[in-house]
Amino acid sequence: MANRLAFSLALSLTVLTAAFLAVPALMSMLAGVTQVYARGISSGLTTDWIVEVWRLYSDTIWRSIAIALMTLAVTLLIGVPLAYTFVVRPSALTRAINELMTLPLAVPGLAVALAMLQLYGGFSEFRRSSLFIVAGHVIFTLPFMVRAVAATLAAIDIRTLEEGAASLGAGPLRRFLDVVVPAAMPGILAGALMVVTLSIGEFNLTWMLHTPLTKTLPVGLADSYASMRLEIASAYTLVFFIMIVPLLIAMQLAARATSRKATSR
Amino acid sequence: MSSGIRLELNGIAKTFPDGTQALKPTALDVAQGETVVFLGPSGCGKTTCLRIIAGLEQPDPGGRLLFDGQDMTGVEIEHRNVGMVFQSYALFPNMTVSENIGYGLKIRKVPPADKARRIAEMLALCGIEALAERRIDQLSGGQRQRVALARAVAIRPRILLLDEPLTALDAALRERLRTELDQLLRALGITTVYVTHDQSEAMGLGDRIVVMKQGSIAQIGTPREVYFEPASRFVAEFIGAANVLEGELSDGALVLPGGRLSMPQVTIGAGRVSVMLRPEAVQLCATDGASWQGHVQSISFLGDRQRATITGAADQPLIVEVPNLSSLKAGDRVGLLVDPAALRLLPD
Repeated sequence: MANRLAFSLALSLTVLTAAFLAVPALMSMLAGVTQVYARGISSGLTTDWIVEVWRLYSDTIWRSIAIALMTLAVTLLIGVPLAYTFVVRPSALTRAINELMTLPLAVPGLAVALAMLQLYGGFSEFRRSSLFIVAGHVIFTLPFMVRAVAATLAAIDIRTLEEGAASLGAGPLRRFLDVVVPAAMPGILAGALMVVTLSIGEFNLTWMLHTPLTKTLPVGLADSYASMRLEIASAYTLVFFIMIVPLLIAMQLAARATSRKATSR
Repeated sequence: MSSGIRLELNGIAKTFPDGTQALKPTALDVAQGETVVFLGPSGCGKTTCLRIIAGLEQPDPGGRLLFDGQDMTGVEIEHRNVGMVFQSYALFPNMTVSENIGYGLKIRKVPPADKARRIAEMLALCGIEALAERRIDQLSGGQRQRVALARAVAIRPRILLLDEPLTALDAALRERLRTELDQLLRALGITTVYVTHDQSEAMGLGDRIVVMKQGSIAQIGTPREVYFEPASRFVAEFIGAANVLEGELSDGALVLPGGRLSMPQVTIGAGRVSVMLRPEAVQLCATDGASWQGHVQSISFLGDRQRATITGAADQPLIVEVPNLSSLKAGDRVGLLVDPAALRLLPD
């Protein structure tokens, strides 16, 4: 009896907490398909606002996707070899790099952005292109990629696997592609989803780094909150959710697959 | 099948960056087709030596490593064409058994038809045909060991290097695989260097055994030589069970607390010496007229034989093997009979 009471209490608390977080988000999304928000649902449902968002902001959505993919490409190219070096050849230098790399996570994004503007603002071509935002996102997301890959590699005896490949005649590049990358794949996958999700949602840095011609989705969102009617901003939120939720689910599935693989060993 | 190369080590040494000398300058000559086993306790330098032969470690400057007279010292492992089996097997988890075995062939750009034939040959040789398409995480330890061996042999290496390949297996399986491995190595006739800390593995597999201690070679010899004629007390005690008797030598006999042991083969001088005596070389007899005697302290029944601990005969309790039907019991006083040929004077 007491058990059942405790269970009911715990369940209601969980449901309440979930509702506290989910209801505002649902309300906002609902507002995005409501004719007139001030009059409520009774005013009728419509997709007009979504169409309007698409007309006004579709470029920010495409740009966000492009920036996320470019960020992913760069973090893969830098992050995987870096993680490999950290694990296989640990030294005072690699530890220092690891610490430095994590620093931008502790420093407010605005400060990082300011530093970037001071340093690279003079290169006006670079400053004006989306690549400037990509650079900011790489600084912000690289530690997540490196951590995920390094954790995977540290859990297996990658050095001996590589020695095995070397004894069979494989040179360094071949070993990296045939042995290290497949072994690191669960970490690479988890890291990649993390990087894409963080990049698409990143606002702090991006808000400082963007120009009127390089607005991303979250920056556009802030813009629409500030200057558009609520229905459009809400429809925009809906679009953002539709993009980000599948990524979050994929991230959960990848994490689960990785942990299952680790425990089955 | 190829019979491999002649391997020579000239002054090969290894000092690690922290200053520890893992391997003192070592010379070794391994004949074509020979199986040499490096045997020693952990930290004796045997694995370091194997890794230098493989090319996984660089020796200190001055040392030279020769394959058939050709200097390989600075050559990368991937260009040495060595077959290597690791203690952890180092099988690629992202590939099937066949892909693992074929990996070295893929690197060598062997045409697909030849590659398939060679993989089938290796699967048959190691008795793992049924596992060809399995994933590595579906294999047992013994199966992994066979795949690792097949993968190493598939590239037709110039020399086969095995680093404690049976250590990760349980005792019964280890015994069986050792016999299989011995037959396989004989059939291949390839030059092989095998590292182990298990003396029965070394005895069973090696044409010659290199006993190592603290970075240097304590003795090189056939299994019989290192067993019957150990070069030092360390070798005597490391290989099999050994009693080391310490006593005064006088008039061609060793004087011990329990009596005298005749040693007619020793002609040189007198003084304190150490002599090795294997437990199976001692016979128990009646005390009447026995020149060497002791007390049975304890008996342990081992099934195929009994092991008796005798006190009062020597400085240290003496271990003696007794037939399993003997009705010997603790407290008995016994005479000890030893063939003088079984006594081996140990240098200090």
